[in-house]
Amino acid sequence: MSTDVATTAVPPRPAVPAREPVRSARREGWRRRAPLLPALVFAILVTQIPFLVTLWYSLNSWNLVRPGSERFVGLSNYADVFADRVFRQAALNTIVITAGCVIVAMLLGVALALLLDRRFVGRSVVRTLIITPFLIMPVAGALVWKTTMLDPLFGIVNFVLSPFGAGDYDWTSSAPLISVIAALVWQWTPFMALLVLAGLQSQGRDVLEAAQVDGAGAARTFRSITLPHLRRYIELGVLLGAIYVVNTFDQIYIMTQGGPGTASSNLPFYIYQRAFLGFDVGQAAAMGVVVVIGTVVIATLALRLLFRSFVQEDR
Amino acid sequence: MTTAAVPAVAVAGPRRRSAGLLTVLTWIIGIVFFFPVLWMVITAFKHEADAYTDPPSLIFTPTLEQFRALFDAGAWPYFLNSLFATTVSTLLVLALAVPAAYALAIRPVKKTQDVLFFFISTKMLPVVAVIVPIYVIAGRIGALDNVWTLVVLYTAMNLPIAVWMMRSFLQEIPAEVLEAAAMDGASLRQTLLRVMLPMVAPGLAATALICVIFAWNEFFFAVNLTASQAATVPLFLVGFMTSEGLYWAQLAAAATLASLPVVLAGWVAQKQLVRGLSMGAIK
Repeated sequence: MSTDVATTAVPPRPAVPAREPVRSARREGWRRRAPLLPALVFAILVTQIPFLVTLWYSLNSWNLVRPGSERFVGLSNYADVFADRVFRQAALNTIVITAGCVIVAMLLGVALALLLDRRFVGRSVVRTLIITPFLIMPVAGALVWKTTMLDPLFGIVNFVLSPFGAGDYDWTSSAPLISVIAALVWQWTPFMALLVLAGLQSQGRDVLEAAQVDGAGAARTFRSITLPHLRRYIELGVLLGAIYVVNTFDQIYIMTQGGPGTASSNLPFYIYQRAFLGFDVGQAAAMGVVVVIGTVVIATLALRLLFRSFVQEDR
Repeated sequence: MTTAAVPAVAVAGPRRRSAGLLTVLTWIIGIVFFFPVLWMVITAFKHEADAYTDPPSLIFTPTLEQFRALFDAGAWPYFLNSLFATTVSTLLVLALAVPAAYALAIRPVKKTQDVLFFFISTKMLPVVAVIVPIYVIAGRIGALDNVWTLVVLYTAMNLPIAVWMMRSFLQEIPAEVLEAAAMDGASLRQTLLRVMLPMVAPGLAATALICVIFAWNEFFFAVNLTASQAATVPLFLVGFMTSEGLYWAQLAAAATLASLPVVLAGWVAQKQLVRGLSMGAIK
C-alpha cells in the first residue's frame, strides 16, 4: 500500500523494492506497522481520495446550480483553463505574491535575526513584540490592515506618510498587490526571523572566536562563516514559507476580494470564485489540478531539502 | 561585555556607541512591527467616534462598551465552535500522530522515508485542489455546516506536521533508556507511560501548540463549508466586512478577542514555536 501513496510528489530516491519479506519476520513487521496504520489510513481517506475525485471532476462539465448537467468532456476543461486570461493573470499574481512576500520577509528576517542575536536591554521583550504578527489570526490581521492601517482617510499609513505628500492614497484599490504583499510580509517576517535566529544561535562559538583571533573583521566573518552556516536555515524558511504563501486566501478575501477587477486575484482565490460563486465544478477542479502540478515542482525541492536537514542529523 | 559571550556582530570596547545605536534600532523595528497589533488593541477600547479621527487620536476615554457589544451581537456560538473544532481536532491529531511517530522513530518500519514523505506531501497539496469534492461530498452526506466536518479536516491538515514533530522528539530518547526499561521487564504500556511520556511531554506540548494555532486561525475551510450553525471565529470577524468602514472600534475589539488565545499561547511557548514551525527540523 505504501508504494502508491506519494501521489503528490516524487520521492527523492528510488523506493526500496516492495516485496522482500522473510516469512518469519512478517508478523513482527505488522506489529511494527500497526501503530502507523490509523494515521496513514486517515490521511489517505481525507486527502488523497478527494484529490482523485478532483481529477475525475476535472474531466467533466458540471455546474452545481444546474442539476443533471454533469457529463464527461475529457480534457476540454484544461483547454479552457489555459485559454482563460484571468487564470493566467491569477497564476502570475500568485507568483508575484509568493516571491515578493518570501523574498522581502526573508531579507527583513535575516536583518532582524542579526539584530536580535546580540545581548541588549529588553531583548526578550523585543523578540516577543516581533513574533506577535505571526500569531495574530490572519483574518484579524488583514482586517486591521485594510481598515485602521491602509484606509485612505483615517488610516495610519497615510497619516505617517502625509509629511511626504502622500495625501489620501487609496492603497487597497490603487495598489492592491502591494497592499496584500505588505500584510503578508508583516505576517511572515517573524517566521523567517525566528528560523534564522535559531540558525545564528546554533553557530559554534569556537569558530567565531577563531575567526576573530585570525583577525577577520565582522563583515568578513559574516560573509565567510555565518552566511554559509545560515544557508540551510534560509533555504528551509524560503521553502516552508513558499508552501504556505502560495495558498494565501485570507488576506485577498478580506483586503481586495481579488480586485479591483481581477488585479489582485491569486489562484486559490480565483478557484474559490469559480467553485463557490460560479458553481463551475469542472473548471474549478481542472484549475486545482494545474495548481497541484505546479506545487509538485516546488514541493519536490522542499522535500529534498527537508530530508537532507533531517536525515543528516538523524544518522 | 566580555568577548566570550558576544556574537560576531558586536565587538567589545570602542564600538559601544554603535552597539547602543543598534539596540535603539532593534527596539524601533520591534515597535514598528508590533504597532498594528497595538493600534488594534487601543482602537478596541475606543468609542466609535474616537476611532475615526484625522489625525488618529491617542487621547480618548477608554471604554469596554465594544467588548460588551460583541457578546450582545452573539459572539459566543462562534467562539464555542472554534474552541470545539480546535480542541477536538488537536486531541485527534495527537492520538493518531503519536503512535505513528513511535512506529517511525523508535522501531522504524521498512520504507520509513516513503511514509514520512507521503505525510508531508499531503501538507503540500493545495487545499483548493480538494475543496470542491469535499464540498460536494459533504453536501451529499449532510455534513455541511457541521462542526465535525471541520474537526476531520483540521485533523488531516495538522496530522503531517504532528507526525514529523513527534518523530523528531521521540528520536531524542536515547536507545539505552529503552533498552534498560526492556531489561527491567517493563511492558510496552509501562515503557510508554512511565519512561517515554515524561521525556517527550515538552514535545507533546509544542506539537499541540502548533496544531492549536493552525486550527484556531483557519479560515478557508470554515468559510466554504459552514454557514450559521458551525461558523467559527474568523467568520464572526468577516461579518463586520459588510458594514466595514462604520464600526472600527467594534471590529478591533472582535479582532483582539479572536487573536488573544493564540497570541498568549505563542508568547508563553516561544521556544517550542521555532521547532514546531520548522516541523522539528530546527532544535
